[in-house]
Amino acid sequence: MEVKKRTAIRSMEYGDFKNNDYLEKMVDELNRDGAGVILTTIDEVINWGRSNSLWTLNFGTSCCAIEFMALGAARYDMARFGFEVTRNSPRQADLIMVMGTITYKMAPVLKRLYDQMAEPKYVVAVGGCTITGGPFIKSYHVVNGIDKIIPVDVFIPGCPPRPEAFYYGMMQLQRKIKVEKFLGGVNRQEKEPKEEK
Amino acid sequence: MNIQEKIAQLVPGMTVAEQGEAVITVPADSFRKLAEALRYDKDEPMDYLRDIVGMDWGEDGLGALYYLESSKTYTRIILKTLTADRENAFLPSVSDLWKTAEIKEREAYDFFGIRFLNHPDMRRIFLREDWKGYPMRKDYDMSSNPLNMENEENADTTDEYYLNPDGTIADQKNIVFDEKDFVINIGPQHPSTHGVLRMRASLDGETICKIDPICGYIHRGVEKISESLTYPQTLAMTDRLDYLSAHQNRHALCMCIEKAAGIEISERAQYIRTIMDELQRIDSHLLFYSCVVMDMGGLTPFFYGFREREMILDIMEETTGGRLIQNYNMIGGVQADIQPDFQRKVKEFIKHMRSVIKDYHDIFTGNVIARTRMEGVGVLTKEQVISLGATGGTGRASGWSNDVRKHHPYGVYDKVDFKEILYTEGDCFARYMIRMDEIMESCNILEQLIDNIPEGEYRVKTKPIIKLPEGNFSASVESSRGEFCVMIESHGDKTPYRLHYRSTGLPLVHSMDTACRGNKIADLIAIGATLDYVVPDIDR
Amino acid sequence: MNQSFLDYYNLQPLFMAIHSALCSIMPEGLAIFLEGLVVAVLILIMYAVLAIILIYMERKVCAKFQCRIGPNRVGGKGGLLQVPADVLKILTKEIIELKNSDHFLYALAPFLVIMASILTFSCLPWNKGGEILHMNIGIFFVLAASSIGVLGILLAGWSSNSKYTIIGAVRSGAMIISYELSIGLTVLTMVMMSGTMDIQQIVASQADGWNIFKGHIVAIAAFIIFLIAGNAEANRGPFDLAEAEQELTAGYHTEYSGMHFGFFYLAEYLNLFITSGIATTLFLGGWMPFHIAGLDGFNAVMDYIPGVIWFVGKTFFIVFLLMWIRWTFPRLRIDQVLTLEWKYLMPASLLILLLMTVCKVFGLVF
Repeated sequence: MEVKKRTAIRSMEYGDFKNNDYLEKMVDELNRDGAGVILTTIDEVINWGRSNSLWTLNFGTSCCAIEFMALGAARYDMARFGFEVTRNSPRQADLIMVMGTITYKMAPVLKRLYDQMAEPKYVVAVGGCTITGGPFIKSYHVVNGIDKIIPVDVFIPGCPPRPEAFYYGMMQLQRKIKVEKFLGGVNRQEKEPKEEK
Repeated sequence: MNIQEKIAQLVPGMTVAEQGEAVITVPADSFRKLAEALRYDKDEPMDYLRDIVGMDWGEDGLGALYYLESSKTYTRIILKTLTADRENAFLPSVSDLWKTAEIKEREAYDFFGIRFLNHPDMRRIFLREDWKGYPMRKDYDMSSNPLNMENEENADTTDEYYLNPDGTIADQKNIVFDEKDFVINIGPQHPSTHGVLRMRASLDGETICKIDPICGYIHRGVEKISESLTYPQTLAMTDRLDYLSAHQNRHALCMCIEKAAGIEISERAQYIRTIMDELQRIDSHLLFYSCVVMDMGGLTPFFYGFREREMILDIMEETTGGRLIQNYNMIGGVQADIQPDFQRKVKEFIKHMRSVIKDYHDIFTGNVIARTRMEGVGVLTKEQVISLGATGGTGRASGWSNDVRKHHPYGVYDKVDFKEILYTEGDCFARYMIRMDEIMESCNILEQLIDNIPEGEYRVKTKPIIKLPEGNFSASVESSRGEFCVMIESHGDKTPYRLHYRSTGLPLVHSMDTACRGNKIADLIAIGATLDYVVPDIDR
Repeated sequence: MNQSFLDYYNLQPLFMAIHSALCSIMPEGLAIFLEGLVVAVLILIMYAVLAIILIYMERKVCAKFQCRIGPNRVGGKGGLLQVPADVLKILTKEIIELKNSDHFLYALAPFLVIMASILTFSCLPWNKGGEILHMNIGIFFVLAASSIGVLGILLAGWSSNSKYTIIGAVRSGAMIISYELSIGLTVLTMVMMSGTMDIQQIVASQADGWNIFKGHIVAIAAFIIFLIAGNAEANRGPFDLAEAEQELTAGYHTEYSGMHFGFFYLAEYLNLFITSGIATTLFLGGWMPFHIAGLDGFNAVMDYIPGVIWFVGKTFFIVFLLMWIRWTFPRLRIDQVLTLEWKYLMPASLLILLLMTVCKVFGLVF
């Protein structure tokens, strides 16, 4: 079966996204061994559901979290996309949105929350501090980028990013989910943890 | 009698700094005696401890600056005391005189390793308990503490150091939480701790017995970073402390540097700064309203607050270019002139705000559930708030007149006519009403200023490299949630020797324990919401 | 009174015909088994569909209250497919096993909750002859079955081995047990007024006017108390202390993920519907059309509308009322919740029971 390389996002042109080559490369990699007709169809349905129902766990540590609140408020209303269901329990969330500086004291907590989430799970890093450490990069107590601790799916730069940037990032995550193969275990790329003694 | 003469009588060995602000240096062994005398002075009790600033003077040793203010006469003095022994730095504790010293001395211990004698709880406050060294010391090795991904265990006991009669120092263990206590952990990742504050609360059923706040989950070391930045560069950090008082914070730092460097700024810039401060205050209080109602479980009014807040953000964005973090104040003025239709939009907003405030009160203030949940809950008395140093709306809700805009005017606040909102109940409802009334009062201030912005340049030219003269300098502003103060010690370089920010939130977090005892878990959330702290400002 | 159209929409004859047709080609036991199977599947489908409708409705209603638009991107202009997408997502989500929990009870709890909900759901009178579980103590059965749910919540909280969940569960337990008194007493009031415990007969007794009109002031007071208590029973705002998001992150179901959490979520919405359905049955005449005694022409026109539409319409009206309350009020505190019940609602409902007795004895109800 022909593998669909393009993912459609409502009211956004495909060409308007900036990282199409990355996504197409990812599709190629995922489908290296070919794609079955039935599995792909089921995959598409499941991925449609998953990509349109992203429940966030807000890990807001500083400024960016306030912009996220503005995202939830009436003007930018994230309920339109179905993102408004924010779960405070990591067990019920699909993605963890890390907003703000992650310090050395916080890093183990972030890792622990990430581990507590149910599969399939995604990480969105929001804001300069989260991505690289931002203006605090020289500090003795700031993690220089959360990708050193947990795998990040989408980076949303800005200090803080505007609500529109949040949407762009969330759409990128939707696109990424849409090309994934849910059946076939590609999601579980991390190694199984070793048995505890 | 002058306060300095009074101190000179009590402590003959004192010296007064000649440059900068009048810092009174007192030997460590007579410091405690002086503190007691000043605290309980009859005419002018220095009952408000603004801040304790830990210091590392290298060869001279470690010590601290104590910023004191009288709640009667609003006189301010600065005391300095130090000890030469760097390995075993001990200073007398003043935590029984001012309750706020309990947490501020812990901060000094955490950053500088100064241990305070007779302080009941000498634990680290911001850094991990297994942290090695004291980061704010000048000789701290920045690479000595790599990222540690192991979960942090919190000890249930704490140290108290005291002086034996024979002059040796002994250590005693105090219990924070007993083994039998039912301790629940609220935060650091919790929907309504307003950031990443963590509180360990021991419960009896639903009733709270004790709260132990643990800060530092967003401690970024701003003060340490600032020591290696030039003065214009340090400005970038202030907006990111209390991001809901971004303008006011930066205003304080600019004012402090301008005062020290002797830069006169134009009248126009003063007006613009004051207007921006007040817009920011409305912005912050609207967010406060939204957060209070959301924490109390009413979700609809949340959207009301944000609706009006977006209007302010639009006004600010047009002029400054930023929504939340604006980077607008500069040394010598402001970054850019105001937009042509700035005044019209502000006036429109004031008109709109006055017309919708009734909706706010209709849906939430008058609601019987909201009233019963807030009235009489989390009461702080006037003595308690002064001792705790809980400034801002929290202090004024308990009847403590502490508005910096009134008592130590800056900007153009001496030219406007406004009243300081005061309530006396000291409960959650008073704290809530203070903010709601201040929104209207800020509208009044804006109205008086907006049409009278004088012509002139918005920014005076400064030298490309700004060097401050030697000495201590400070400037304080009334930020959205209390007195925000910048304390600089300069040694004549283009970078500060030590730059300290008085956190508005740290005393508020410290007062959680006092306010919450005997209340329910649900009240803890309501009290926390009405105290209105912002965590990045606490941790810095 | 002309009730021809009511009988026309009666589902009983249709079901009897199907039953006899089945019996003619197979033994009766097998026929009943097959029918049971079909009915069970039907209930589950209806349950799921209703849940989706209710969740969508809640999201749209709350958006309207909050000057927002609500879901409008997934599946057409109105965002109609938003909830199905959520369902699909939650079905494919991992179900986490906790290490230090009581595994059996942990797995059992969501099923208890959903079972209680489905049991009460099957007692609702959808139409004339359209009741799934019919017994002469129907309303009593509803009260009994709905109490199983609280067991599930308590078990969920306890077996998760977390402090937040246990606080949430204990709160919920204390609250539901208290408010069951008010519910029981108001239901008793209406049972007394109708003179029967059979749900179909309660509805039938309202043919000449709904209870809320017939019982005038007393019934209206009972209706209000029932709504408050029912709201508390369904764990919804301002009584959502058990899962108070701002206090206990997610309350008793903090540790549940995937479809286990989905069961709690579904049950919450369906309990809302069931509470409204029971209120409709007791006070607003169930599937009974709107009748005004004496106006036969008007009554006949009303009878043209099938009972099921009446029932669903009235129920959704009450659902809307409850949503309105939820999105307006802040949350109560646990001691205030209990004070409200034990100091005000319970004595009030006892008084109403007494008043109703007096009214009934002296013929003051119509």
